[in-house]
Amino acid sequence: MLELKNISFTVDSEGAEKEIIRDLKLTVEDRKLVVITGPNGGGKSSLAKLIAGVEKPSEGRILLDGQDITDLSITERAQMGIAFAFQQPVRFKGIQVITLLRIAAGKQLSVSEACSYLSEVGLCARDYIHREVNASLSGGELKRIEIATVMARQSRLTVFDEPEAGIDLWSFQNLIRIFEAMRSNIRDSSMIIISHQERILNIADEIAVLTDGRIEQFGSRDEMLPKLIGTDAAQDACSRLK
Amino acid sequence: MVKLDEIQKRLIREIADLHEVPAGAYNFRANSALAGRNTTANIDIVSKENGSGIDIHIKPGTVHESVHIPVVLSESGLKETVYNDFFVGEDSDVVIVAGCGIDNCGNQDSEHDGIHRFYVGKNAKVKYVEKHYGSGDGQGKRILNPVTEVYMEEGSTMEMEMVQIKGVDSTERTTIAELNQNARLVVRERLMTHGTQRALSVYKVVLQGENSSADIVSRSIARDKSYQKLDACIVGNAPCKGHTECDSIIMDEGTILAVPSLEAHHVDASLVHEAAIGKIAGEQLIKLMTLGLTEKQAEEEIINGFLA
Repeated sequence: MLELKNISFTVDSEGAEKEIIRDLKLTVEDRKLVVITGPNGGGKSSLAKLIAGVEKPSEGRILLDGQDITDLSITERAQMGIAFAFQQPVRFKGIQVITLLRIAAGKQLSVSEACSYLSEVGLCARDYIHREVNASLSGGELKRIEIATVMARQSRLTVFDEPEAGIDLWSFQNLIRIFEAMRSNIRDSSMIIISHQERILNIADEIAVLTDGRIEQFGSRDEMLPKLIGTDAAQDACSRLK
Repeated sequence: MVKLDEIQKRLIREIADLHEVPAGAYNFRANSALAGRNTTANIDIVSKENGSGIDIHIKPGTVHESVHIPVVLSESGLKETVYNDFFVGEDSDVVIVAGCGIDNCGNQDSEHDGIHRFYVGKNAKVKYVEKHYGSGDGQGKRILNPVTEVYMEEGSTMEMEMVQIKGVDSTERTTIAELNQNARLVVRERLMTHGTQRALSVYKVVLQGENSSADIVSRSIARDKSYQKLDACIVGNAPCKGHTECDSIIMDEGTILAVPSLEAHHVDASLVHEAAIGKIAGEQLIKLMTLGLTEKQAEEEIINGFLA
């Protein structure tokens, strides 16, 4: 279980302090998929980074299974079981897909084990396993590899920051299927997805709306979804084409 | 028989991945003397009459054979210049593994300057691997100044893999190549310097014949207070294709100069150069840390991948 207790986060913006997250409270229970939506600039990505330890809150505490992790590093949090999928996956010259999967799994994965993660995200493993994670991969391919590495971590808590960003509609359909499969295999872990795509909201257990750095609304999908459909918080997949 | 002591055997493992005497032709040189030689029906190795090096003759049509010519220096204060000439016969397909390892525990500088000349015959195919390595904690410097000259006949191919990632204090590496019609040269250079090391790498590749091509890619990392200069020039004198790429990671207080240059003397010469220098991106470190690595481990993974 993840608990965010009175989290505030300020950044220095041209000499002035700007508050991105304000006194935020949120609990993510085990075996739950929570989708965080809300307008752009509302603090969603910052929240994901605060959970992963990439950013540190200016106030408040973060607890994982009751343990205070606020002052722990990215590495320590990762080793405790927090996984983080970047909005813009990082490219590495020379590092092969299999190496990244092995680092993620924290052990010497066999080629067939590594391939099984790639197959789960719909990549023909044989074609990709020895590819470099470099600029030769498309945005959609990179995103799937990012998700495969997160799967390989077998984490307690997985945070996805706008997984739909930078991919085409065709890949987006497949992405939804991957999340559905992850949701059904959630076991004792939990997932947070930052997104304002209606189809992702549709597979959530709970939905939080983050506006101006606060959780403005929070509730079960059945309760929240009717209120959000037709707003910017629940966009359909084609909204980018309109 | 190859006569090597334990230090020399370790150096050989580093530079040639050899744990025992290789199959095929070889010439081992240790502390400026011959330590072992083997020739085959197709590959002959003969010492030059003036003692300045060796000639390697590969018969036309020799395929799937290899030549190993490692050099090791384990005495402090040795300085040598060696000329090795390779005559690669037409239509042959061979692997040549060179390399030099220096262990210097003393206070005098040790230096090996190897001048390798390749005469690659018509339609011949050569894969050339050269590794340089230094070890030892003496005050004396470990110095390597290799010169590689490649003369390629019509339709020949040469792939060169040059690696120097540890322990060489000072290096000046010069590679010169001349390509005739349909010849193809591929170079992959990997370089890492640390401490106060200096490394200069100069390429001058002349695309002389029609439809000749060259692809030179150098990846390097400068750590601590080390200095690197990469100077790659491709000259196009005919309808040809040339590409050079210098890609470097700078760390600590390192210095890197990348000087790629192109010179075209023909309207159908198509030449491209790319050069990039940058530090390890913060987001790369963060990504690997979110996978459970420490910052130091993340840095090592990025370096290992980059130089792989």
